[in-house]
This record gives sequence, C-alpha cells and structure tokens, in this order.
Amino acid sequence: MRLVVDLNRCQGYAQCAFLAPDVFAMHGDESLLYDPEADEEQRENVARAVAACPVGAILVEYDAADGPVLTPEVRGER
Amino acid sequence: MSGDGSLEHLKREGRIVVVGASLAGLRAAETMREKGFTGSLTMIGDEPYEPYDRPPLSKQVLLGKATADRTALPRRRDIDAKWRLGVPASGLDMAARRVRLADGDEVEYDRLLIATGVRARPWPNEAEGALDGVFVLRTRDDGARLERALAAGPRRVLVIGAGFTGSEIASACRERDLPVTVAERGAAPLVGALGGVIGEVAAQMHQEHGVDLRTGVMVTGLEGDPSGRVRAAHLSDGATVEADVVVVSLGAQRNTEWLAGSGLGAGPRGIACDAGCRAFNIWGIVTDDIYVAGDVARSPHALFGYQFLSLEHWGNAVAQAETAAHNMLSEGMDRRPHVWIPAFWSSQFGVNIKSVGVPPMGTEIQVTQGSLAERRFAAVYGYQGRMIAAVTFDNCRWLPFYEHQIETTAPFPPPFSTVDRRPEGHKPMPADFPDPSVPTHGPTITLSGYSPADRTMTFTPARH
Repeated sequence: MRLVVDLNRCQGYAQCAFLAPDVFAMHGDESLLYDPEADEEQRENVARAVAACPVGAILVEYDAADGPVLTPEVRGER
Repeated sequence: MSGDGSLEHLKREGRIVVVGASLAGLRAAETMREKGFTGSLTMIGDEPYEPYDRPPLSKQVLLGKATADRTALPRRRDIDAKWRLGVPASGLDMAARRVRLADGDEVEYDRLLIATGVRARPWPNEAEGALDGVFVLRTRDDGARLERALAAGPRRVLVIGAGFTGSEIASACRERDLPVTVAERGAAPLVGALGGVIGEVAAQMHQEHGVDLRTGVMVTGLEGDPSGRVRAAHLSDGATVEADVVVVSLGAQRNTEWLAGSGLGAGPRGIACDAGCRAFNIWGIVTDDIYVAGDVARSPHALFGYQFLSLEHWGNAVAQAETAAHNMLSEGMDRRPHVWIPAFWSSQFGVNIKSVGVPPMGTEIQVTQGSLAERRFAAVYGYQGRMIAAVTFDNCRWLPFYEHQIETTAPFPPPFSTVDRRPEGHKPMPADFPDPSVPTHGPTITLSGYSPADRTMTFTPARH
C-alpha cells in the first residue's frame, strides 16, 4: 500500500497518528512523518486515518486484492 | 474554437508524450485519462524508477524511518501508459513533432508535455565532487546512498549550503547524534527563501541543536586522502573542517539542455510558458502543442505582477500538471490559467515551517502572531502596501487565513490586530532579503520577470 500526504494541506491535527500509529507519527508539535509504503496489515488503520483526516490530505493506493501493485520495473518495461 | 472535430479526434486516438516521469508527469497523465483521453500515452523518464516522492528523501529516509526505494507515489487511477524509463530525452524536433531519446529511438506526438524538473547542482570542481564521501541529495539513489553513509556513523558531516534541503539534512544528522558543520555563503540559513529576519531564527535553531554553523563563508576546496576519500574542506575564512561525509546542497539546475537548438524558449531559468502552460518558442511566441509543468516551467502570475515564476514546490507540480493536462485537451474559453498560490513546507529541528505567497518579493515583514524567540509564530511580508506572503513556524493552522489575505491583495501592514500579537509584532521591519544578484544556495522561487521599460534584453542560448 502506497501513500502520500499533501503537507500543504496537513495542519497537524494528528488524527492519523492516533488511528494508525505504526504508519504516521508526529515529529515535534505539528510536523508529520509517515511511512510512504505501509504494510498491508495496516490497511484498516490507514483507511480510518484517511477518513478521519480533517483536511483530507492523505492519498492512498491500496494493493490489488490478488497481489501487490505491479510496477513498470517489475513488469520489465522500459 | 476550431469546431472541426480535431479536438475530439485528439482525445479519442491522439498521441500524447510526457517527458519527465515524476510527480508532475504522473499527475498530468492521470488527469488526461480522467478527462477522457483514450489515445496513446507515453511516459519518458531518465531514472529507471516509476514516479516517486522526493520530500521524504531529506526527512524520514535520512532519519532511517522509511527507505528510499519505498517512496513510489500512489496512483489516483490507472493511466495505461507506455513507459520508457531509464532513458533520457535527448532532443526535440518541433516541426516533425518528435522527441528523440538517448538510446536513438524517436517518439512522435500530437501533444507534448515537458516536466523534466531540476537536478541537484553539483560541486563545481568535478574531481573534488567525485571524491568518495561527497554527496548531493535529489534522487532516490542519492537518498539511499546518503542514508547508508549516515548509518555508518561518520565522524563529522559537512553540509554545504543552508537552504531547505541543507537545513533538513543538518537536522537529520543531529537527530542521529552525528556531529555536523553547515557552511553557508549568505548571512543565515534560509535567507534566500525567507529573508534575514527569519534567517536569524533559523540560525538560532541550528545552534541550539548543536550544529556548527558557519555563515558568510564559502567552501573553497575539498581535500581527499590518498585513497580518494574526502577528508577535509577549506573555507574562505581560512578555516579547515575535517569531515568524512560532505553533502553539496547548493540548489538546483533546470533540466533543459536537451532542448538546446530545438527552438523552444528553454534555458537555465526553465521553459517560459503562458498562463495556460503552453510553452513559448525562442521568439516568445506561444506554441499550441507543447506544454510545460512543474519545477522546469516559468509562468506569469497575475497576483505577483505577471512576473514569470519558477516554483520548486511540490504543490505547484501537482496543480500545474492538472492545468496543463486540462488545457492540452481543451480549446478556447474552456482552457484555464494556472494561478496557484505558491506554498511550501519544511520540517527541521522538530519545527514545522510553512509559507504561502512569494516571500522574496516582500520588502518588509511583521510578526503578526506569536514570537520569534519561541519558534511559534506567523509573520507576513509586505510589498508596496499589500500582503504578498506569509510564513509560519509551528503555527500552520493560521496559514489558510493568510493565504486568503494574499489572494485578496489585503493591505500591509494589516489594519487589524490578531490574537497573540506581541509587542515585537506591532511594527513592520525590513525583511532583509539578500541582493538577488548575489548568488546563494538558490531560492525555491525564482523571480525572473523584468521591467517592461527594460529594452536591453537579448536572447542568449541555453547555458548552465
């Protein structure tokens, strides 16, 4: 699962760090650090964090149910 | 509008080529598909990786909290593209509508989007820059290499240049308890982006966290040991700093060399385009099939005196890509201008720094809330009696308010008081930006407009 947080939008409400502490963490009072490629077992927590973000700043791409996201590198394309 | 069905034909079976497979290129491609483009889409990128996110490279990656190979950007949707990764574009034939690739291939287009971005400015002395232990930080590979070097526990790290990236690197080093020296040519860190008043706050942050900060100095040379490993740096004040890791953080260069001789208006300052992201040719005449977006673009902004702004900002890459993609598939009044308000963030020494507007245009600054000494404040920049920008340190929830003030050209100094206004914030003071003609580490916004009264401009071919 891949994610990116639009930190222009992020206002440090820390809902994500509360709901998915293994993926999101506050660094200082209002800076956010996150794991851009979170483990699949975090799926539910991340989904809750996305829904609870007061400014809608989190974009997630979940892995397909039948396997990981196939990257161009993996597919051997150039 | 042409109304001859050519736009419908383009959307149905046209060929669109995107050069630059990073944030701007990816978001543009997604937008095109979203708008119903069903033709062929080719994504060309010089790195062998699919689009990834760069901001984590100088933050969580250097802190060891994420790895550089796991920053690939999430997709908003499937873009069904043909990927040409690991091969840079090497030329453009505007007449034949063809992009040349470094491996000899050519790709034809009906519409072209250029989003080739910037790269790290290398150390000017090539031999010294090639010493083992000398790094830059821009790409995923750079991030992985530098993280490995920091994890190995160097005796001292030297960061050359105290812009945002340099400051973030120094911050990460201190968090890992590594001794770090920062050498900055300007009077303070961040001075090019935020001015001397805020630069002084940044300098105190460095010092309080144990950074050996040297300002007003240049690094005149790097010295290696017999095995070709960097061991020391010489400074313009006569000092020598012994360091086994050196990070060159001197800003960025725009990736436009591949367009030399093409006839496109591309040079060291980027590629000039109109408000709709359509690139100019060297005569300043707009093209209608070539668009630009992201760090490499320079476009006029109505809110900032129609100056051509080059913005090395994450949010600008996304917004400009969306506008370019929309306009590539639209005609006439359906097209829209790119009028994004510049905004960026940084995180260093545990402090969240954010800004909106164009601070380097400001001549005055006023601390409207909080206090500089507490590192929690909001300050606004004034330009000719209006608010032109704002910056916050650990006070980001106020930023949307100031953004609205800037968008509506609110007066400066602000005619009202704000909560938490301290005595120091009752009067504006000079913002203290360095003379723009004196080079620093490189601002994140390049103001490259010129006065209409100035008729001395001559065209100079691209040269970095």
